[in-house]
Amino acid sequence: MVANIKDKAVIVGVHNTKFSKDSGVSELSLAAQAVKGAIDDAGLKPSDIDGFATFTMDSNDEIEVARAVGCGDLTFWGRSHYGGGAATGSLHQAVMAVATGMAECVAVYRALNGRSGQRFSSGVSGEIMTADAIHWGWYMPYGLLTPASWVAMFNQRWMHLTGVTKDAMFEVAHSTREYAINNPNAFFHGRSFDRAEYDASRMIADPLQLFDCCQESDGASCVIVTTPERARDLKQPGVAVRGVAQAAAPDQEQMTSFYREEFAAIPEMEIAAKNCFEMSGLSVDDIDAAVIYDAFSPIVLWQLEAWGFCGFGESGDFVLDGALRPGGRLPTNTHGGQLSEAYIHGVNGIVEATRLVRGQSRNQPEKDINHALVTSGVGIPTGGALLGKLDY
Amino acid sequence: MGHQEEALHMTPEEQKVFEDKLYAYVGVEVCSRKPAKDAVNETMIRHWTEVMGDTNPAYTDPEWAAQSRRGKTIAPPAMMYVWNQEGYSVASSGRASDPQTEMAEMLNDHGFTGVLGTNVKQEYVKEISPGDTVYVQMVIDNISERKVTARGPGYFFETLATFSDQNGDTIGVQRFRVLKFIPQEQPAASASDDKLQVPTRIASPRGHDNGWWWNAVDEGKVLIQRCKGCQTLRHPPRPMCGECQSMEWDSIESTLDGEIMSFTALRHPKIPGYPADPICAVIKLGEGTNIVSNIVGCDFDDIAIGMKVKGKVEQVDEKTMLPQFYPA
Ligand SMILES: [Zn+2]
Repeated sequence: MVANIKDKAVIVGVHNTKFSKDSGVSELSLAAQAVKGAIDDAGLKPSDIDGFATFTMDSNDEIEVARAVGCGDLTFWGRSHYGGGAATGSLHQAVMAVATGMAECVAVYRALNGRSGQRFSSGVSGEIMTADAIHWGWYMPYGLLTPASWVAMFNQRWMHLTGVTKDAMFEVAHSTREYAINNPNAFFHGRSFDRAEYDASRMIADPLQLFDCCQESDGASCVIVTTPERARDLKQPGVAVRGVAQAAAPDQEQMTSFYREEFAAIPEMEIAAKNCFEMSGLSVDDIDAAVIYDAFSPIVLWQLEAWGFCGFGESGDFVLDGALRPGGRLPTNTHGGQLSEAYIHGVNGIVEATRLVRGQSRNQPEKDINHALVTSGVGIPTGGALLGKLDY
Repeated sequence: MGHQEEALHMTPEEQKVFEDKLYAYVGVEVCSRKPAKDAVNETMIRHWTEVMGDTNPAYTDPEWAAQSRRGKTIAPPAMMYVWNQEGYSVASSGRASDPQTEMAEMLNDHGFTGVLGTNVKQEYVKEISPGDTVYVQMVIDNISERKVTARGPGYFFETLATFSDQNGDTIGVQRFRVLKFIPQEQPAASASDDKLQVPTRIASPRGHDNGWWWNAVDEGKVLIQRCKGCQTLRHPPRPMCGECQSMEWDSIESTLDGEIMSFTALRHPKIPGYPADPICAVIKLGEGTNIVSNIVGCDFDDIAIGMKVKGKVEQVDEKTMLPQFYPA
């Protein structure tokens, strides 16, 4: 059965707070700013918001955000689990609520002091006895306890199988950085780097070096989802959700699915891609630009293969041909990505994908962007979404 | 608690100031040579041997001793330290202050309130007999660098007591090693106190579904869970077989013959309690299941996917048993 949500929910407002390394304010403050900014962008009022969607990992209760922003009655709140896997997962929640009439205007938010507060790079510690802690217990005693080390483990094998080299990882990091240079809200605004600097950077977990790893950031992002009918009366061009999918595959673990017959693969993302294409009626050739979750540079490569932009092992050549660049086949992470703009768990990516379809990116490609892809984190239960112009 | 936090929060500069004061005690004389209150006597020897159950006639039988090569009884050498004990006066009036008590006070004031005698070593040079007088002189011989122990962080110090007789001849020496430490909180409390860092590897929590596996590792074995219904092996353990949904299981012991499927080294950040740049790998065991573990005994650059490895369960730090894999 194919899900029937195509074009039943529309992104009408987006906003990023200022991104920084030390916000100096609470995560709730960031969430409220992001939601209010997106409401303003849409031309809505706080009282129009009747639903929220966010990450299980987010520290801000929906009712706290609602009180802070001055929202009224709420009829829906839903959360999505698995860290960055929840980026389009929270959008998925909002789309289902709007498509079914459970809510009319749902704000999707993610707010974190990811640098000045709890840092992901500090790893897992297993101090609390939960199923999750027991899971990390298979890795912590050995020192495999940071996101970089888990991704490195997959990547080492994937490079071994495909022959893809660090040239491709550099191209992902470099093309992304070139976009960030033009984005005033990007951490690396105005700051270029070259191969020598990339090669000289600190080793984090072989083969991942510093510039293969995303920022740790303070900030928040929000997108507002409503019905097509309502969207047509609002300020911004509507960006319809053509397809949105969540997916986990057999033998899935959080970041450590090392027990599959061949673990240098992301079958969960292939499921998300298949389902998004089915429910949207689109094919890979219809995708004009992308925001591909980039907590680490190589995961962009794996996703290009999972979504069918190229075959297994071909992503290196694909990016080295300039595909991710402004005039390339698939301008990607045009905001600077999480590698160079900020790590807001992928929700800043939904903001950018929306802007690409609206024609409002800081690095808007010259060609028409009728459809943009946006994806969630990799190595975990994940997902993706296909966005397109409303009434296109 | 206040003292403990103070000590744990010592900056490197503060620790240096503290240790400069502490190490100034090395070589300091705790007491200069002084005689015991009583001369060596048959009564105290008899009390001691009765308590110890020592029936050696050389200590207590004057007639036997008269015919021995010594011609007289001797005090048991292990009584060497007995003669100069303060006795009941300590209980009534307390121990007089000396450099050792001053040092202990200073350690107490910085949170090192725990005290544990760790070992005593005596060397005997000359025999003594009733009528002799035992003199003792004692110095603080050495103080260790700051150590992390199972009891808590602390310093070992060793006193050296030299015993001699009324002629100035050395009878023997005694080294007494003491640990002064910051007592660890109970595990339940320390788990919620991130200020207390015990630098051993972070252990897995042990619950219903995984505790048996880690308990076996503590005993030197790596087990693989096996479905009793369809014999399928599974790792990590879980309560139900994904193939046949049976909840009945047993386990087999792995031979720890394996092959590297992938590997990495955690270079940054450095994690307290771990070796530098620990090499982690996904290893396919001969039995067919994969396991994550460490590769040791070779350089990172010598590791490759496909390499054969052999594992054994080892104690990797004070608290942790883990399977570790070596190049086969
Ligand atoms: Zn079974």
